[in-house]
Amino acid sequence: MTHPILALNHINKSFGPIDVLHDISLTVRAGEVLCLLGDNGAGKSTLIKILSGVHIPTSGTIEMDGAPVSFQSPRDASGRGIATVHQFGGTFPLMSIGRSFFVGAEPTKGWGPFKIFDRKKANEIAIKSIRDFGITRIDDGERLVGGLSGGERQSLAIARAVYFGARVLILDEPTAALGVKQAAHVLRIVNQAKKKGLAVVFITHQVTHAMAVGDHFAVLIRGSIAADFKKGDKTREEITDLMAGGSAMAELEAEIESDAHHAHVA
Amino acid sequence: MVLIRNLFRSPAAASVLSLVATVAFYVLVGRADVLALVSAASWLNFAANLGIVALPVGLLMVAGEIDISFGAMIPAGAITTALLSGTYGLPIEIGMLGALSLGVIVGLVNGILSTSTKVPSLLITLGTLTVMQGIVLWAAMHLAGNASIPLQAPAWAKFLFGQLINNSHQVIIAWWIILVGVFGLLLHKTSFGNWIYAMGGDKTSARNAGVPTERVTILLFVFSAVSACFVGMCGAILFNTTQVSGGMSYIFNVIASIVVGGVLLSGGFGSVMGIFIGTLTFSIVNKGISFTKINPNWANLVIGVVLVLAMVMNEYFRKRAFHYGSASK
Repeated sequence: MTHPILALNHINKSFGPIDVLHDISLTVRAGEVLCLLGDNGAGKSTLIKILSGVHIPTSGTIEMDGAPVSFQSPRDASGRGIATVHQFGGTFPLMSIGRSFFVGAEPTKGWGPFKIFDRKKANEIAIKSIRDFGITRIDDGERLVGGLSGGERQSLAIARAVYFGARVLILDEPTAALGVKQAAHVLRIVNQAKKKGLAVVFITHQVTHAMAVGDHFAVLIRGSIAADFKKGDKTREEITDLMAGGSAMAELEAEIESDAHHAHVA
Repeated sequence: MVLIRNLFRSPAAASVLSLVATVAFYVLVGRADVLALVSAASWLNFAANLGIVALPVGLLMVAGEIDISFGAMIPAGAITTALLSGTYGLPIEIGMLGALSLGVIVGLVNGILSTSTKVPSLLITLGTLTVMQGIVLWAAMHLAGNASIPLQAPAWAKFLFGQLINNSHQVIIAWWIILVGVFGLLLHKTSFGNWIYAMGGDKTSARNAGVPTERVTILLFVFSAVSACFVGMCGAILFNTTQVSGGMSYIFNVIASIVVGGVLLSGGFGSVMGIFIGTLTFSIVNKGISFTKINPNWANLVIGVVLVLAMVMNEYFRKRAFHYGSASK
């Protein structure tokens, strides 16, 4: 069996006296979507930051293709093909599609000191990359990113990552701020990225979205992995209960019931 | 048609309209003589002096930074040139080199302080503005004994930097036009320009994408301080003397010109054509009023109204640029 693209082995992370992550072990394979579920404050963002090189784990190891790696900076991680797409996708709303696509890696024409930014080429490549993901509504690279819908911006960011050779795609709550239709759109793109052989880490707290695309699920509670299972192993209700911490949910229900009872008596 | 459609999506759109509206207002309501207004040197000289500083400061604003220390760097450039080549009698080349080097040094200080601390560049350059004012005044009073330092530049320097074409138009206008071309190419046609936009949009993302944000910021601050020194130097060569406080009103005028030109105060949006036309508009509003029958006491009112209108239009055109294309399903 081949090595997973990315593996975390017994990762711990603490900030001073505060332990944020305990003993996290996860693997992601090519062509697989790993859904990372967790409520707010469960440690999802810290885990993403470790994967994308922003934070260095306190202990534990990260492996890529079976060999240990360490990321000292976000550039280290992106240099190895790990791309992170944040909630709002394109971060340069006032730039044109072509310009924002190539920030830091602009295509140029001409030579020596007369190298100029090749806007036409940038626009063409950007538009083609987005179209490869089935978005045909965008046909002008001069449009401003801020004028695109939330789903289109996410798609643009994913297309950009794929164009620049990403092998692992980390999607940080890509559907959280979107409507139903837009979210479906992004999920379709996630599926396509998976088909292209990328390993996808999909972070969300929307169980329905996770179940639509996920192959493998991990539930994070208070910095530990509370459950790790494959597609079809658990139902939606079971997962939701897990995320809310099971017993906490039951307690809440009991509380509401007794409140209603008191109100009735009074 | 395409040209017009593209214009209305560009950051320069509102400034073009403000320019047309201002001239129309002065001619139709203010009964200004069109020919006299267009051929007048006053506003064009004023515009060129503002414009040379507005270009690099505008780029800094697109990159999400700001520099106000140029208010002291203009007199600093003048005083340095006049001290070295007037008071100490050194060749004018040395005076000019000294002025521009001072710009490089102060630009480096501004840039390094802005990139190595989290203090906003407005506050940092407010500091260097005040420090440089102090140094300039001290240098003039102690080294030359007077704030007006006499300077006699040789003919070639006069020709290049201090000439009055037709006895009215300062040669600095030509420098301004050249620099509009240079900065236009830099912002719109190079990777460097793309980095400036990206930094104004989101500095952290730009850095993660591989943009050398610190180097770009420092370089832009150097451009800004050197340009201000250049304007001061040209003024000293033209007028054969210097003024210590000459540059202070520039701060408001330059920033107003840039913003009228459609550059977003918070960064990430703007164009060199916009800065250029914004400077023209601001200068005509400011100096053109004396060509009209409008009572000069109304001057500030008119300037204020035009500024506010230009800002509102900028907002409108920015929205248009955003939504362009999203209607075509």
